[in-house]
This record gives sequence, C-alpha cells and structure tokens, in this order.
Amino acid sequence: MKIQSNSPSSDEVGFRFLWDSERSYVAAAIEISGITKRFGEFEALRGVDLRIEQGEFFALLGPNGAGKSTLINLLAGLLQPTSGSIRIMGHDVQTDYQRARSALGVVPQELVFDPFFNVREMLRFQAGYFGHGPENDAWVDEVIEGLGLTDKAHTNMRKLSGGMKRRALIAQALAHKPPVIVLDEPTAGVDVELRQMLWAFIQKLNQQGHTIILTTHYLEEAEALCERVAMMKHGKIVALDTTRALLKSHAAKQLSLRLTGPLPTQLQSLLKQQNGDEVVLALSELSQVEMVLSVLREANVAIQDMQLQEADLEDVFLNLVGNQKGASA
Amino acid sequence: MKWLNPFFWLDDKVSPRWRGVYTLFKKELLRFWRVAFQTVASPILTALLYLLIFSHVLESHVKVYDQVSYTAFLVPGLMMMSLLQNAFANSSSSLIQSKVMGNIVFLLLTPINTLEFFAAFLAASMIRGLLVGLSIYLVALCFVSVPTVYPGWIIAFALLGSALLGTFGIIAGIWADKFDQMAAFQNFVIMPLTFLSGVFYSIHSLPPFWQAVSQLNPFFYMIDGFRYGFFGHGDVSPWLSLAVVGSFLLALAWLCLKMLKSGYKLRS
Ligand SMILES: Nc1ncnc2c1ncn2[C@@H]1O[C@H](COP(=O)(O)OP(=O)(O)OP(=O)(O)O)[C@@H](O)[C@H]1O
Ligand SMILES: [Mg+2]
Repeated sequence: MKIQSNSPSSDEVGFRFLWDSERSYVAAAIEISGITKRFGEFEALRGVDLRIEQGEFFALLGPNGAGKSTLINLLAGLLQPTSGSIRIMGHDVQTDYQRARSALGVVPQELVFDPFFNVREMLRFQAGYFGHGPENDAWVDEVIEGLGLTDKAHTNMRKLSGGMKRRALIAQALAHKPPVIVLDEPTAGVDVELRQMLWAFIQKLNQQGHTIILTTHYLEEAEALCERVAMMKHGKIVALDTTRALLKSHAAKQLSLRLTGPLPTQLQSLLKQQNGDEVVLALSELSQVEMVLSVLREANVAIQDMQLQEADLEDVFLNLVGNQKGASA
Repeated sequence: MKWLNPFFWLDDKVSPRWRGVYTLFKKELLRFWRVAFQTVASPILTALLYLLIFSHVLESHVKVYDQVSYTAFLVPGLMMMSLLQNAFANSSSSLIQSKVMGNIVFLLLTPINTLEFFAAFLAASMIRGLLVGLSIYLVALCFVSVPTVYPGWIIAFALLGSALLGTFGIIAGIWADKFDQMAAFQNFVIMPLTFLSGVFYSIHSLPPFWQAVSQLNPFFYMIDGFRYGFFGHGDVSPWLSLAVVGSFLLALAWLCLKMLKSGYKLRS
C-alpha cells in the first residue's frame, strides 16, 4: 500500500488524501454485509445485511433469542463474526477498529457496572478511554443532567438502584459523544418518568445529527420514535422498511361493527374475523370506511355499534415473526 | 476529595493520543489506592509479622552470610515476596473482577489498543508491588539495619520482578473465568514458587537435590539477584539472575500480548 513512503511527510499526505476521499461520499452510519455468527454448532446470525444512514432513528425488533444483541456485540467488536464485515461511519470494525469504536457508543443489555467508582468518575474515565480530557467534562455533566442523575453524580455505582444503574449505563455509552449510538433494551426495568426523560434526551441527540439504533420489546416505543424498523427472527432480518410502510402494508386499520343483518357479500373480502354478531373488517385505508358505510346503507343493514382501531407495530410484529408476543411484555 | 486523586496535577496535560492509556492506568491505580488499607497496609503488616516471628525463632540458629544477621537477610526476601505477590494480585484481581462483574465491556468498547491495555495494567501492578516492597523496607529499618551495597541491582530486580508478576497477573486474569480458578492459581502456583525460592533461607543450606530444583524456579533468581543488591553476596551471579528473569519477562510479555491481540476469552 505504501508505495511512496520514502519520507514520513509524503506518507502522511497520502493517508490524509485517502481519508478525505473516503469521506467525500457520505458513509453509512452502519453498514453490515453478509454477517453470520456461529456459537459452536448453533448459528445465531444467518446472513444479515443492513445499512443504516447517518441521522436515522432506527429500531431493531425481534423476539427473545432472535440475534439482536449478538448483532450489536459484533458492531461493538465484543464478538468476532464467523463471516461478513461491518463498517461504522465507513470504518471496518476489525481492520480499522480504533476509528470504528470511537464513532460508536453502545449501551449493553446486561446491567453491568464498576463497583469502585462513583457515577461522575466512571463517566470521566469512559470519556478518557476515548481520548477526551477535562474539556469534555461539560458534556459529561450535560449527560448526567439529561438522564436525571444529577443527585447521584457522587454516589458509588454499587449503591444505585436498578433503574439508576441503567441510567448510568446509558450515560457511559454517551460519555464520548459518539455519532452512532446503539441502545440494547435501554428501557428494560425503567420507570415511566425516566423513559420519557431518556427519549426526550435521545431525540434531542438525534436532532443534533446522532444516529440512533435501539432494540426494545415495547413496540409502541419503537413505533413512536423510529422512522425505520428491522424485524429479526432466528438470526435473519425478515422485514426492513419505514415504520409507516410496515404499518400500512402489514396490518391495516380494523373496523369492528355490530350489525342488525348479515354482512353484504360485497364486503366479504374485507372480513377478518367474526365473533357472534360482531364482525371485524380489515381496511387498508381510512377512505374505505365511507365505502363500507354506503354499501351497508344500500343493503339496508343498520349499525348498532362501531369501532375503528388503528393497527400498531405489535400487529405487524405478530404477523411477521409469529404468534409469540413481544416476549418480555 | 483531591487527595484521593494523586493525578489532579497531570489530568489536563496529557495529549489526546495518550489519554486512553493514561486514563486506564489512572483508574487501575486509583482502584487499589482507594482501598490502600487492604491492598497496601495489610501486606506490609503480614511481611512484618513474618519478620518478627522468623527472626525471633531463627536468629541464633541460622547464619547465612558472615556479617549479615538472619533478620537482615530476611528483609530483602520478604520485600521481594510481597512485591511479587502484590504485583500479581493487582492485575489479576482487577481483571477477574471486571470479567465476573461484566464491566470489562466498558474497556473492550474503547479504541484502547493491545499494547496500551497491557502497559496500563502492568504499570499499575508494578507501582503497587514497588510501593509495598519499599514500605516494608522503610518499616524494617526501624528494627534492623540492612546494607544496600549495589542500589542499581536492587532497583533492577524490583522493576523486573514486579513487571514479571504484573504480566503473569494479566495472563491469569484473562485466562481464569471464576474466582476459584484464580485462587487455585494463586495457591498452587504463585505461593509455592515464592515460598520455595529462598525467601527464608539460602539455597546453599539445602541438600544438593533441592538446590538443583530451586534453580529451576524463576522466582529464585528474582530474590537472589535482589538480595545481591543489598549484601553483595548471592547464591548465583546477578548477571545470571538478570538473564533468567529478563528472558522470562520477555516470554511472558510476548504471550500476554499475543493473548490480548487474539481476543482470547475476551472477544469470542
Ligand atoms: N456467547 C454465546 N454462546 C452461545 N450462544 C449464544 C451466545 N450469545 C448468544 N447466544 C445465542 O444466540 C441467540 C441470539 O441471542 P441474542 O442475545 O442475540 O438474542 P436477542 O435477540 O438479543 O434476544 P433478547 O431479546 O432476549 O435480548 C440465542 O439463541 C442465544 O442463546
Ligand atoms: Mg438481547
């Protein structure tokens, strides 16, 4: 590679040039190509390809054991892939691991902590490992405040409650202000207040340009926050689309009706369920409601009761990854 | 709380390139310094108890070198023994704890490279070992006068010994998965090797067979070379000891870096 490295300066210029040309197109925040991961005989990931652009707010969903955490651990370099490659902000996590890791902040799923230090010390150490010194302390304090840890800044990690430990864990991932932030079930075991506080803070970071990837079993959270969603099952991505498109294509709105007469044949194609005298119609668009009403009127069937339900991500999830529910929920 | 941080004067002088390794070193150092009563004071006390008891019992019975009292003879041996054990304990216990607690991920997520990881753990271990060794010397001086004939050899073997066991501790910390494996390592490898290395006796007082066996023990050379620095006498030449200890250190450091580089047990 270093053909003209006679003098250190020419080498350095070459290096810069490469770096600049690499940056001249916008690198994906995360680019996963052909990743497989085996644990002995067991294949936890079976060929995953995924590209997440900078600035996205992205959800990785799937039932327990789908391979979400395994994928995240591969991003973070905590595991080595069996095959395939991963780039973070254009840097390969194996060959250019220092830059890849600098660009990444990961909140692990397990509640781990260092019992020797208090919250603020831990955060400063964490930033320090990434090359940040006292100039970064203001940011550390901002994170502490943003996650409601101000009162606990001088408390030893060991003495924090479970939810507080989770906050500190999240704060640790943010300490070096990484452009790409991955949160593996950040809201497990966390009270409502923190969830709101956390999402407000994370959304602010997203607006400032940070890329956010999260896993969660609270699907309404993913629905409310994320523009795009990947659903995983048995080590594969089974759906990848914008949240809106998924909602639209997979689970339409549901119209429940209690009628005085039988359902007109014209509407049979929309029928999803029938429980006694209650029929449930699946609509792909709201405008279909009018059509349904006019057909009923023409057939002289009156409506005793009517309810319109929005489909949610949970329906899509159940549709795509089987009948077991979002697990921990 | 500034006194708890011996680094406050350095913190804003480190360049970003070196901040990672500096921070890890600082954290490792503070980790034992915060509990110095347990990590520094208690080994000093243990060593002094050995000194008191053995010298009281054996002073009139054992003559190792002319002009050197048994108590004086014992001091460098005890210093070295404590130095080695504490250098080992520092890196090994830190690593096994972080592994069992799971907080090692915070380190594995960072851009800190293999060599920096090694250097930071090693340096903190050496400092703890040297601190304990030096303190034992200073306290022992209250009871007995110990000459220092070749300070250069003393310093060289203190540095090499602490580095060797610090490295050994990193290897053991990476290898062990549980606390009891680590305890076994300490009780069945480290303790016998230190006790049988001539801390309490000169190997010349042993039968020829056991003399030969002792010479296979790398710890013997650390203690003998160290003691040579104090008294100008040793069981073997300090150059031989230097060669043996130096080669062992290089071999272990190579192994340790190799383990770290491959991600052995840390990144599967
Ligand atoms: N270190 C390991 N050794 C062996 N098998 C593993 C290991 N880590 C994960 N697995 C297996 O890989 C599969 C995927 O696990 P993973 O933790 O990625 O699931 P997940 O999608 O994060 O699930 P959850 O929602 O429960 O967190 C599981 O079957 C798990 O048992
Ligand atoms: Mg998981």
